[in-house]
Amino acid sequence: MVRLSSPQELEKYRNEILSTRDPNQPLITVCGGTGCHASGCHAVVEAFKKVIQEKVKGNGVGLRVTGCHGFCERGPLVVLHPRKVLYQRVKPEDASAIFQESVLKGKVIENLLYEHPTTGEKISTEEDVPFYKKQRRIIFENNGSIDPTQIEDYIAVGGYRALPKALFTMKPEEIIKEVKKANLRGRGGGGFSAGLKWEQCRNASGEIKYVICNADEGDPGAYMDRSLLEGNPHSVLEGMIIGAYAIGAHEGCVFVRHEYPLAVLNIGIAIQQARELGLLGKDILGSRFEFDVQISRGGGAFVAGESTALMATLEGNVGEPRAKHIHTVISGLWDRPTNLNNVETWANVPVIIDRGADWYTQIGTEGSKGTKIFSLVGKVNNTGLVEVPMGITLREIVYDIGGGIPGGKKFKAVQTGGPSGGCIPESLIDLPVDFDRLTEVGSMMGSGGMIVMDESTCMVDVAKYFMNFLKDESCGKCTSCREGTKRMHEILTEITEGRGSVDHLDLLEELGWVTAEASLCALGGTAPNPVLSTIRYFREEYKEHIINKRCPAKVCRALLRYRILSDVCTMCGRCAKACPAEAISGKTKTKKEKGIPFKIDEQKCIKCGMCFESCKFEAVEVQ
Amino acid sequence: MTQTEIDSIVDRYGRKESAILSILQDIQTKEKYLPRETLEYVGEKLHIPLNKIYRIATFYRALSLMPRGRHEVCVCMGTACHVRGAQRILDQIKLALGIRPGETTKDLNFTLETVNCLGVCAAGPVVAIDGEYFGKMSSTKVEGTLKKFRSDQKKEGANGKA
Repeated sequence: MVRLSSPQELEKYRNEILSTRDPNQPLITVCGGTGCHASGCHAVVEAFKKVIQEKVKGNGVGLRVTGCHGFCERGPLVVLHPRKVLYQRVKPEDASAIFQESVLKGKVIENLLYEHPTTGEKISTEEDVPFYKKQRRIIFENNGSIDPTQIEDYIAVGGYRALPKALFTMKPEEIIKEVKKANLRGRGGGGFSAGLKWEQCRNASGEIKYVICNADEGDPGAYMDRSLLEGNPHSVLEGMIIGAYAIGAHEGCVFVRHEYPLAVLNIGIAIQQARELGLLGKDILGSRFEFDVQISRGGGAFVAGESTALMATLEGNVGEPRAKHIHTVISGLWDRPTNLNNVETWANVPVIIDRGADWYTQIGTEGSKGTKIFSLVGKVNNTGLVEVPMGITLREIVYDIGGGIPGGKKFKAVQTGGPSGGCIPESLIDLPVDFDRLTEVGSMMGSGGMIVMDESTCMVDVAKYFMNFLKDESCGKCTSCREGTKRMHEILTEITEGRGSVDHLDLLEELGWVTAEASLCALGGTAPNPVLSTIRYFREEYKEHIINKRCPAKVCRALLRYRILSDVCTMCGRCAKACPAEAISGKTKTKKEKGIPFKIDEQKCIKCGMCFESCKFEAVEVQ
Repeated sequence: MTQTEIDSIVDRYGRKESAILSILQDIQTKEKYLPRETLEYVGEKLHIPLNKIYRIATFYRALSLMPRGRHEVCVCMGTACHVRGAQRILDQIKLALGIRPGETTKDLNFTLETVNCLGVCAAGPVVAIDGEYFGKMSSTKVEGTLKKFRSDQKKEGANGKA
């Protein structure tokens, strides 16, 4: 690779890449995101490699493993360019037919197309699938078309165009002004103005300053940062270089979860390639600006994603937060001015610089501009990553994009904001989604997890789940958080096991208040949200557990009773075989013998639900 | 782990005290746990008191002071997996392996762990075994999934005897 020493050389390089690429040439792209990995895309890629090699050597059909397309529910996904035909749930054995029929002969294979869930119509291109229709994919735009391990791919789609613009045509102050004008708010959850943060860091005294990319995506149920780092690492890197130039920093760090091995790998490759091209290191593109980036891996502690705890980890200490009387932009890593932003925030920067704040601010609401990526997961038909303009309603996300609730069940709530957020009930489903609206209703944007819950989700159990999470992840520094989360978890356990009392609700509210008020960092400060928001919107469900000792959603195990309906039981014996506690007795019906309907011995039953799951005839009833 | 191997890891990070977490992670990857002697040696090399190393080693989930099994079964307990029944999957695996999260089977074949989120939320409930993801799990699928790793152990045993 040649080292580029001026913006002109970069443009020349871009044109060289483009001249070797014919947009009309057939190209097979296979999604290599983690979701598709879980559904076996690796084998699909291998199958395509084999087919292409076998059938026609060098006839110009390209194969590319790209970043995440977002529609994880339907993976492995394959898109054929230039026609953009989308095939879903592709199996390795489909590779040959796709190649022969679709790529070479131009036919469309009907049974691999997405079928509209209500009309049954077959949809052949990505943009016509309802899941994508209401999305506004700006940050994710290139995720599905580029190979994240090839810097040329990123450059070919216009990547590293904002960087020379920033370095050669804008002063650092102008960049900050533009980011402020775009009203870019931190996508990691806090929603603080990124431009303001940059400005404070730039104005802070000290020669050495740092920029950090926080990829310690700890919120359970959110994985957009993972997808960005894995699928388009250069966009994050470009944002960081521009930010560092604006702030006056020469050293940067990407702090990424060790649970994301592919993200660690891809950002590592990206950094190496950027260095080789002269986009990182000394004298970037001949601008005399110097900046380089290191990678650090997290150790699996949720609290280490908090900015001060993250910096403590980087210094070789345990990841415990400190009080922020002095902000990290003044005194952060090694007591020097440090600017930390989340992955998605950084990825927004090149877009703002390239297209301008005026364009950017056309998208979104009064207080929240641009788009936000949500991970739409849980009890929803089309799970995956969705990028939507701020201000879209929850209803549009859940029903139009998400395709509603599976199995015709009733929608109950959406949980946003991870363990710091809250549950939003059905009555608020027309709420426009932005930073301020979500906070108003007792939840928060958080990093963008959106977990859909239906009638079979118990809200007390959800609150207990989060409290269990938080009590484990509390670092233990503040008594209020350490003890508060533990006591709240105990009380919630009492309630879900049938030992709750009416006073418990008041006690939970009081404990929640103290935990929030008396804790140092945001973990403790927002810890009671899942409890308080569920009490606020689902008090009746709590009461049902406490007074009638019933779990209406049939989740809380201690309150359940399993029973086999003898008139429905076909005496197949499957449940008795599945039961790990040998609590089911009866006699299997055979051709010779009559059989005895099966019965559950309540004394022996451990309520594992295996009988319920194994029964094919709905003969097992849960009460 | 030999001292030369530890030296090369420590040197990779420029013998910097601040890189202690990365160093411990690399040792963990190689040894699958952090043996006491190794920690003592690292402490001497970097001039870090052993108690500080232990503080770090016990703070992070990624690090373990106990030997681990050949196969790591990691059950995702993220919110998306939770609402789709991750607890049942975990209960079933606990029953099938006879151990609790954080423990290792006596034959050192399996270590059971839970994780707060693997970031494969769309495929939930998810179990990862040795880094390979098994999506859309159900309690009835547990035994079949574990089986692959059980038979592998038998083969190893047979080879060992031969």
